[in-house]
Amino acid sequence: MSFWTLPAASDTAQRVDRLFFALLGVTGTVTLAIFVLMIFFSIRYRRGSRAARERPPTSNRALELGWTLTPLALFVGIFVWAAGVYGSFYKRDPAAATVYVVGKQWMWKVEHANGRREIDELHLPVGQPVRLVLATEDVIHSFYVPAFRIKQDAVPGRYTAISFTPTTVGEYRLHCAEYCGTDHAHMGGRVFVLPAPAFARWLEEGNPAPSLAAQGFDLFRRKGCSGCHEPGSSVHAPDLKNIAGRIVHLADGRAVLADEAYLRDSMLVPKRDVVAGYEPIMPSFQGQLDEGEIAALIAYLKERR
Amino acid sequence: MSYLAEGFSLRSWLTTNDHKRIAVLYMVAITAFFFVGGAAATLIRLELATPAGDLVQPETYNKLFTIHGVVMVWFFLIPSIPSVLGNFLVPLMVGARDMAFPRLNLASWYIYVLGGLFTVATLIAGGVDTGWTFYTPYSTMFSNGNVLLAVAGVFIVGFSSILTGLNIIVTVHRLRAPGLTWFRLPLFVWANYATSLILILATPVLAMTLCLVALERVFHVGIFDPALGGDPLLFQHLFWFYSHPAVYIMVLPAMGVASEIIPCFARRPVFGYRFMAYAILAIASIGFLVWGHHMFVSGQSLYAGLVFSMLSFLVAIPSAIKVFNWTATLYKGSITFAAPMLYALGFVGLFTIGGMTGLFLAATAVDVHLTDTYFVIAHFHYIMVGGSVMCYLGGIHFWWPKISGRMYPEMWGRAAALLIFFGFNLTFFPQYLLGWLGMPRRYHAYPPELQLLNVFSSAGAVVLALGYLLPLGYLGWSLLYGKKAPPNPWQATGLEWQTASPPPKHNFEHEPVVHQGPYAYDPVR
Amino acid sequence: MPTTQFDSILERREAAMLGMWLFLATEVLFFGPLFFGYFHSRLASHDAFVAGSHHMHFWLGTINTAVLLTSSFTMALAVQVAQDRGRFLRLLLLASAALGIAFLCIKGYEYASEIPEVARAEGPEQVFYLLYFAMTGLHAIHLTIGAVLVIWTAFISARRAIRVEVLGLYWHFVDAVWLFLYPMFYLLERYSA
Repeated sequence: MSFWTLPAASDTAQRVDRLFFALLGVTGTVTLAIFVLMIFFSIRYRRGSRAARERPPTSNRALELGWTLTPLALFVGIFVWAAGVYGSFYKRDPAAATVYVVGKQWMWKVEHANGRREIDELHLPVGQPVRLVLATEDVIHSFYVPAFRIKQDAVPGRYTAISFTPTTVGEYRLHCAEYCGTDHAHMGGRVFVLPAPAFARWLEEGNPAPSLAAQGFDLFRRKGCSGCHEPGSSVHAPDLKNIAGRIVHLADGRAVLADEAYLRDSMLVPKRDVVAGYEPIMPSFQGQLDEGEIAALIAYLKERR
Repeated sequence: MSYLAEGFSLRSWLTTNDHKRIAVLYMVAITAFFFVGGAAATLIRLELATPAGDLVQPETYNKLFTIHGVVMVWFFLIPSIPSVLGNFLVPLMVGARDMAFPRLNLASWYIYVLGGLFTVATLIAGGVDTGWTFYTPYSTMFSNGNVLLAVAGVFIVGFSSILTGLNIIVTVHRLRAPGLTWFRLPLFVWANYATSLILILATPVLAMTLCLVALERVFHVGIFDPALGGDPLLFQHLFWFYSHPAVYIMVLPAMGVASEIIPCFARRPVFGYRFMAYAILAIASIGFLVWGHHMFVSGQSLYAGLVFSMLSFLVAIPSAIKVFNWTATLYKGSITFAAPMLYALGFVGLFTIGGMTGLFLAATAVDVHLTDTYFVIAHFHYIMVGGSVMCYLGGIHFWWPKISGRMYPEMWGRAAALLIFFGFNLTFFPQYLLGWLGMPRRYHAYPPELQLLNVFSSAGAVVLALGYLLPLGYLGWSLLYGKKAPPNPWQATGLEWQTASPPPKHNFEHEPVVHQGPYAYDPVR
Repeated sequence: MPTTQFDSILERREAAMLGMWLFLATEVLFFGPLFFGYFHSRLASHDAFVAGSHHMHFWLGTINTAVLLTSSFTMALAVQVAQDRGRFLRLLLLASAALGIAFLCIKGYEYASEIPEVARAEGPEQVFYLLYFAMTGLHAIHLTIGAVLVIWTAFISARRAIRVEVLGLYWHFVDAVWLFLYPMFYLLERYSA
């Protein structure tokens, strides 16, 4: 890696770079024009020069309107362009592989769908859309891969997510970008983008753990979820078949999408969104599940048919 | 008899109600804090000269950038121009004998000092490591630093800002000289007026937010920590609701200073006076609506992000108008290049770069990559140091004859201005590149391939530090040995130049009457 | 000439009034984060807030509202009397202060009876109580300062109409804050399911 250039290793990176260099072109031109004018005026109208300077203009409405409206038009254009790219970071692609990332002072813990875990490293297959779902066990962290031009805060008490597709095989820097305490500068590592077959090999090798969903199923029984949520249970609790991605109707009349954030809240703050037709009897699992276990349970619920 | 000769005892200074003396008290206090914050910055740059974190411990480094931020923002930049130059000049410029509430004015200085003592106590007790932003839950639940002391200092100094703002507003409304209508006010007064509005409307929000942080830290009940049923993003919303307008508290008065200096040394009226005044008001009001652009990657909703992005582009327009108007003011002028003019022209250039790079950060998708990197550091230092500090120094030189009654040595003044301009760019321009290359901020150690640019930056910091020490030396020297200043050494318009240098206790021998607008300069040759 | 910086009594009076209005603007924003926090948290944890409002002492709050409104009335009369240089000024000021103190006593009793319940609260309901104590507490501090200033003015400088007027503005502001707090904590959805 040279000190001069930064690799653009994802689809988002290419889109961001196009916008960045367009902005650089526009702002650079205007800045240069202002500097040239300032220097030119400073020389031409220096005290004692022979330049004509009778009746200097003190105002010019057309000029003022011109340099108000021209930037406005430019800015609206840049805004729309940027908004389009920004929106694509958060689009839900059904083909995207979900990877759970948990921040913790001062490391990144990653869990892949098949149960493979890694710390301070992230392996991804080239060309495969990815959706990172981020959580944190303590303070705010921010998952930052400069080569992908993506950055997303992990915020206590909620899930955040960001999507992209790695496009170039290689090894890239991973950082924490939100100040998180003593070893903030050392919270990071490497992202490896591998060709698909190599990634598949990596995913399997040295992975004795069952898949994330299987771990979730295990937790589902061990933590007592199944006692109420299995069909045939004597307790009146919502059936969780096909729950993920469904629209759920709540007791107070709202309808919400059962996404990762909703499922997570339902475990930790069950009284907030009570499903219509059920009593608010579920206890909170706050403090009994860590972020990794919650991710496993969600992975399981996504596969529960 | 000049205000300086009204009494020489310490007591006569510490019990004064004279706005000019209070301004001098402020100048002494903020200069002390400027060098405290500067010392922290120097250590930060020394540490970053090498990629490994080998000079200080990570905890120490975190405390250094925290104290640098807290001191520079609240104890230097925010009071710099309003409380020193504004305090000294607003009553003079509107033709008043003093501020509307002189005792309140003195009280605000004492409150500033009290807040400052808390900050010094924080340092003595071992410092604080939260960053100047005090983000929760780190500040409330995780930090081992002296968060409460630091927060108390910032809370207290806020009331000093509020009282100064209140005083300036009432003074401008009620104490203008006969004939001095709103659109005859110098732009410096407009700028301080708009700044004061932000001071009184934004500062209390910070004060209450910090109270809630303290409550949460002490009693473990809170509305910010999700473990307690709260929301950390609520803190960010409240904090930036203050802290983004705070940027305009720092830069609007600087714009006011530039708008006084440039017409004076171009010997012609400022171009587009009314547009300049409206632009100041537009910046102050739209500035309240853009805070969410600090939170594009924080997990706030996509749509909130887009609204804040659009509003951030809008607030850039009045700033652009001002840059165009300053440039146009040079056209057909008769320009000389004394030290204040060098500072003012330097300001326009640096502010332009700082403003243009702000557009990158307003553009949501680009901000995702650049936020929390050195690009942001470079951007806001171009605005706050390249903008506010350049103009503060420019203003100090411009009005030094009025404040001290002495002329500063012109060659030294020019040399310092050029040195600071060069040192500043060497320090901060490489940081734009570092940000683009993905160097996160608040990093005690960094990837080795980024060292070259960091070395440039650290070298620049040394030059900059020398540049800042120079004025301290020769301005101090001029107090004793400088040439006596005439009432109007720059042949400037403006009421402050129509009285003696330094002015008498109640500013004017006779209440001035105003017959024309500001900047009635005639180009010569 | 009253003080050096003003040309006339009128200018001085206008400056004092403007100063107080600006101060009140600051005060509104000082309460701002609490109000913003209240609505933000209420949206996030609606049920906890409804539950919390059921624990409030409705009648104590209502009586206090009446007490405070009456004090505003006597304060308004005091301002009128001060401007007209009429009689009973001191009496009216002291009555306002007394009503303010009565409010504080009732509030104190209310706090004392609420402490055991609050100790049991957890999660979002805790947020409700935090906001309740922070907001009503901050209001009570303002009222205490107001009462002290009113009593001081009644005995020391009641004949300066401008002082009474400025103080009246402050007093009405403190009352107006309560008129927001009362429905937010005692009334909103109290009678819903």
